[in-house]
Amino acid sequence: MPGLSHALLALIRRDVRLVVRHPSEVAHPVMFFIIVVAVFPFGVGSDPALLREIAPGIIWVGALLATLLSLDALFRSDFEDGTLEQLALSGHPLTILVLGKVFVHWCATGLPLLIATPLLGLFLGMTTETQLTLLTALVLGTPTLSLIGSVGTALTVGIRRGGLLLTLLVLPLYVPVLIFGASGVLAANAGLPAAGHFYFLGAMMVLALVLAPLAASAALRISLN
Amino acid sequence: MLKAHSITCIKGDRLLFEDLCLQVQPGEVCQIHGSNGVGKTALLRILCGLTLPEGGEVFWNSTPIRKDPGNFQADLTYVGHSNGIKMDLTPRENLAFALTLQSSSPGASIDEALEKVGLGMFQHLPCRVLSAGQRRRVAIARLYLSRAPLWVLDEPLGAIDAEGVQSIENAIQDHLNEDGMAILTTHQPLSVKHTVIRAVHLDN
Repeated sequence: MPGLSHALLALIRRDVRLVVRHPSEVAHPVMFFIIVVAVFPFGVGSDPALLREIAPGIIWVGALLATLLSLDALFRSDFEDGTLEQLALSGHPLTILVLGKVFVHWCATGLPLLIATPLLGLFLGMTTETQLTLLTALVLGTPTLSLIGSVGTALTVGIRRGGLLLTLLVLPLYVPVLIFGASGVLAANAGLPAAGHFYFLGAMMVLALVLAPLAASAALRISLN
Repeated sequence: MLKAHSITCIKGDRLLFEDLCLQVQPGEVCQIHGSNGVGKTALLRILCGLTLPEGGEVFWNSTPIRKDPGNFQADLTYVGHSNGIKMDLTPRENLAFALTLQSSSPGASIDEALEKVGLGMFQHLPCRVLSAGQRRRVAIARLYLSRAPLWVLDEPLGAIDAEGVQSIENAIQDHLNEDGMAILTTHQPLSVKHTVIRAVHLDN
């Protein structure tokens, strides 16, 4: 279907253009991420050994919360200005269009987190090897976070102040990603093989890639109803 | 031909209408009247498949639209209550996106469409700085971009000046002359010539 690929590309181009014209949407989650991680040493003390120990956990939790914070922007504006109706009535499968939107959203919010991670790793005294392992885990994990989040946002987009509901819906589904992501880095730190954890993260990403757009597009149709 | 059979619509726990039947043939326009809050928009959303009716079925060329949404949507242009345009994009960018998104065969070019709604001068300004009427015109310009036979228009004349109303009526007239169909809600009387205007009046 050449029409579909053109429509998908046009949607991706449009969303990228909107992000470029509104860079604050990109800046907010990543600033939040940096601030959350940066205030931890004030709370737990500045012992370098302790910080190095808990750094992967802090960065994972920070990334998770930053993603959660950014989710509302995914469908909200399209829902409010009526472009979502136009997408739903375009005659193209909404599932594919949703996938395009999530992709741009990840590029705008997930990717900056990955770029900021080495800097924060440096703050917390992480070794280069640990940083690389953490980055691998985040590369595999953050798309899953965005994809799972898209389902929650699609369900709650019709509700004003649906933020708390979104958190309650999405957070339990984020926990497996957090567990495998953080414990993989800890295992690598302890000299154990981390491949198993990463396989799980990869499997979760593939599963989310296949199922989340289906669920999100169905949820969007319900929200539009 | 669009046919709605025995449609029932309930919003919350309020019954808006039940057993509503209507039929629009090529070359006909259907105007939906009624005071605020009687369910005009709800009816239009049911007719274009955005909302599922509580009861009844909508048929496009005798196929239920739920069965074959892709085919129906390729034949449909919907201008909703919200304009469906991005405020941060210019009219030209909005229309370029709408043109690529639609699965129906393309009609006029973007330049022609902008010219017809009188936005040629404003095509490079973000829609955010345009007036409400001009934003509505951007939404209306989508009608020229496609050759879809069915137009579903929710208050197309809202916020539009007298001259603009005239040109939209001309557009509807041309569309009907080419065997198109239009379903619209408006509070103003519609002046189209030589065509059947089917009126649906919704009442409490």
